[in-house]
Amino acid sequence: MYSRIYKAGVTIPPLFWVVLFLLVPYAVLFCYSFWSVSPSEVIIRNWSLGNYAELLRQPVYAETLLRSMRIAGSVTILALLLGYPVAYYLSFHAAKRRDLLYLLVIIPLWASYLVRGYAWKTILGTDGVLNGVLNFLHISGALLLLQNHMNAFLALHAWTHTWQVTFVPLSFLLYSPFAVVLMLTHIYTPFTFLPIYASLEHIPRNLLEASHDLGASPWKTFRRIILPLSLPGIVAGATFAFVLSLGDFLAPLLVGGPSGIMISNIVASEFGAAYNWPLGAAISLCMLLLVVGLLFLTERLEKKLSFS
Amino acid sequence: MASGEFLTILGESGSGKTTLLRLIAGFEGPNHGEIWMGDQRLDILPPYLRPVNTVFQSYALFPHLSVFDNVAYGLRAQGVAKSEIPDRVQQALGMVRMMEYAGSAPARLSGGQQQRVALARALVNRPRLLLLDEPLSALDANLRKQMHVELKALQREVGITFIFVTHDQEEAMALSDRIALLRDGSLEQVASPREIYSRPETSYVARFIGQTNLLRAEVRDGTATCGALVWQTSARPGPALFSLRPDDIRIVSSTTAAIGANASAARFHARVEQQTFGGATDLLTIICGNGQALRARLPNPGPLSGSYEFEFHPADTVLVRDAGEE
Repeated sequence: MYSRIYKAGVTIPPLFWVVLFLLVPYAVLFCYSFWSVSPSEVIIRNWSLGNYAELLRQPVYAETLLRSMRIAGSVTILALLLGYPVAYYLSFHAAKRRDLLYLLVIIPLWASYLVRGYAWKTILGTDGVLNGVLNFLHISGALLLLQNHMNAFLALHAWTHTWQVTFVPLSFLLYSPFAVVLMLTHIYTPFTFLPIYASLEHIPRNLLEASHDLGASPWKTFRRIILPLSLPGIVAGATFAFVLSLGDFLAPLLVGGPSGIMISNIVASEFGAAYNWPLGAAISLCMLLLVVGLLFLTERLEKKLSFS
Repeated sequence: MASGEFLTILGESGSGKTTLLRLIAGFEGPNHGEIWMGDQRLDILPPYLRPVNTVFQSYALFPHLSVFDNVAYGLRAQGVAKSEIPDRVQQALGMVRMMEYAGSAPARLSGGQQQRVALARALVNRPRLLLLDEPLSALDANLRKQMHVELKALQREVGITFIFVTHDQEEAMALSDRIALLRDGSLEQVASPREIYSRPETSYVARFIGQTNLLRAEVRDGTATCGALVWQTSARPGPALFSLRPDDIRIVSSTTAAIGANASAARFHARVEQQTFGGATDLLTIICGNGQALRARLPNPGPLSGSYEFEFHPADTVLVRDAGEE
């Protein structure tokens, strides 16, 4: 069998890594979340539940968390709607084009996250590519005309002049939850695609033949055989999209604007400008518990759904 | 083929037997030609519209469905009335004696049990034609023999036409009403097991079904000559190929010689080269004349060594078409 030295050699380095870079930081975070900070910005090491009480008292935290979950949920649904058909096509119908298409889905993962973020900024901005195209197609002109007419109408009939509509440029595109969802969907769809594709590849093809043989149409075969057998992949892919989006802070930073702020942005500002590490730690810990609980549940769900 | 028949498609791997089955089931399309069943053209229908069901080599049971739901799958897919489904499933499971496993997951069953469920799943739809793709090849020898008996009985009971694919000639002999021997995608011979064994049309059939001695003989004046062997034949003059089964060769003992029953029997002297014990019969390799080797199967000959006189009846030689192998 393996020697003692070999065993120590393969177990100690990863153990060391986990302790030093995972467990110790979490322990520090845990401690900080019960401390507080003085007005003169000194960390006071008195143990209390004050930070957690603050999180419950101020509605902004719950609201931001809810918005984060809404955004993450939207991303998850969109990523599934985009990722599943692609994975299905690649697994069952792509034939010779499969390798190329697979590569095309995966390639964006190699591009820097930041570059992709700035790309969306360029596309969605008021001087961006999308508005440029609308201008070029003279759709903006028509929208501008409509806008002026409507505002003139409102100025005549509305009891207040604050009611004005703005169609041009299309400003709702950037700096909104919509932009965050769009960018996160773009970034995390490959992560949903991969486990779904893997689960589809695992379905023995003779099951599909058996289903057809027994008189089930392609649609019935999809609903009763392919979909149930790919559920573990769907759960894994959805978990990826949801958990990664929920904790994302770059997308809201780049394209979210004030209305697109997510919970991680608050954490970042508590550790930065606001200089309230204890409160930031408390939020982080809550998020950690939420995510770990979620992973625990989805892992069990995946096990329950898989039959191989 | 006739309705209610048990036809076996027999062939080596690569002979096209599974392809033929897949063509009938509809998993593959023919390059040319048509497939008809009765007055219904099959090859233009997708698999799910064909009144044909398949038992797959690897069973292909749905892992996420219980045994009951597996069997009910076809009925539900075809929109059979809900009230009718439980009875029909129970009946099908009863036929294969798997009733008490209705709630089990397929993964919990043994190979033989999965096999039975696969059968029930196909039979419950009452197809006009059941295709079986080497369904017994994954089972061990004893279980296989037992399944042979059950399968045959089941086929008689339900009266459905079976097309059974196998590479195992013993299995084919045991099960079939008729055997279709396939070679390189074309039919070599279609006949009952008895006929295909005793009257093979080609040298390939003779060699594939059971063992045989192929005798390349010269026929002249009603006499065939192959090395040391000379016998009477009604074959046309010229070169000819004959098949002689090892079990048609006997040792001439003093008793048979004394009776002299077979005046026309072809007799020859040969040396016993090898003797393989086989229970009821022994297989001998005998060398006659100038190094010509023959195989003979003798019932309980006891240990043999040295030279003996052998004989065979000319009527047991079968003129076969040279299939041009080897």
